[in-house]
Amino acid sequence: MEMSPFFFMLFSVVAIACSLLMVLKKNPVASALNLVMVFFCFAGIYALLGAHLIAALQILVYTGAVMVLFVFVIMLLNQDVPSFDLAQSHAAVKAVTVTGGVVVLGMLVWVFRTTVWGPPTGGHTQAMIERAGGNTSAISQLMFSEYILPFELTSVLLLAAIIAVVAIAMRKDKLERLSGKGNHT
Amino acid sequence: MAFFLPQQIEPWLVLAFAATIFMIGLIGLMIRRNILIILMCVELMLNSVNLTFVTFSSIHEDLGGQMAVFFNIVVAAAESGVGLGLLIAMFRTLRSVDTDDIRLLRQ
Repeated sequence: MEMSPFFFMLFSVVAIACSLLMVLKKNPVASALNLVMVFFCFAGIYALLGAHLIAALQILVYTGAVMVLFVFVIMLLNQDVPSFDLAQSHAAVKAVTVTGGVVVLGMLVWVFRTTVWGPPTGGHTQAMIERAGGNTSAISQLMFSEYILPFELTSVLLLAAIIAVVAIAMRKDKLERLSGKGNHT
Repeated sequence: MAFFLPQQIEPWLVLAFAATIFMIGLIGLMIRRNILIILMCVELMLNSVNLTFVTFSSIHEDLGGQMAVFFNIVVAAAESGVGLGLLIAMFRTLRSVDTDDIRLLRQ
């Protein structure tokens, strides 16, 4: 693959270290900030792989929107205090999970290492992407032709998610008053 | 070079990195009991799957993989919104973010 080995190793080592810290940190705010760092490293690797639109979306949507939402909820619930849940977990659960995870990871790496990928069949070669005007342009053309139906369906999904969040997070008495059931109170 | 640096990044190395991040997320999901951190681990796992999609898109020279990542990001945004809504509802009922305190059916 055509990418800089130095930057790939840098991003991957930082991402693995920060994700381990995210799992092990006691304070949820520290976990959230480590997760932001992991997302930035992922964006860097997307850019190295030539997926520029995905790299931009990663920073805008994940580090911009999702993580702000997380930090907002942590602050809203006053949860920026150390939580000692990790020390209270069962030792057996921890041992089984870590062992199983490492074994499955080893199997996955072995499979990736030994598989021989055939010649590329997709047809979106570097020359073709450059002729279309870059990665973003090529993806946009694909998005509004072949993938137009799923693209429109994402708007329905987001609308459903908004309604669901409002219904879940609203206080119960307010919800009943709105739906006309709690008028007698 | 003083430290290990391969001359060229092979595809399996990127896939192995994504699998490592996925497994860290999975282990965190199992051993943590703070629901905020569990939701963050889910986001981490979704991200590693996205990276696998982009790598295969690069291996096969097919932009369909990057389209899948686009839809995955939309689903992940909706998921985190609904998850945090559920978290707020849980905190309002239990006054706690510990998943071991969810035992209303046992009492």
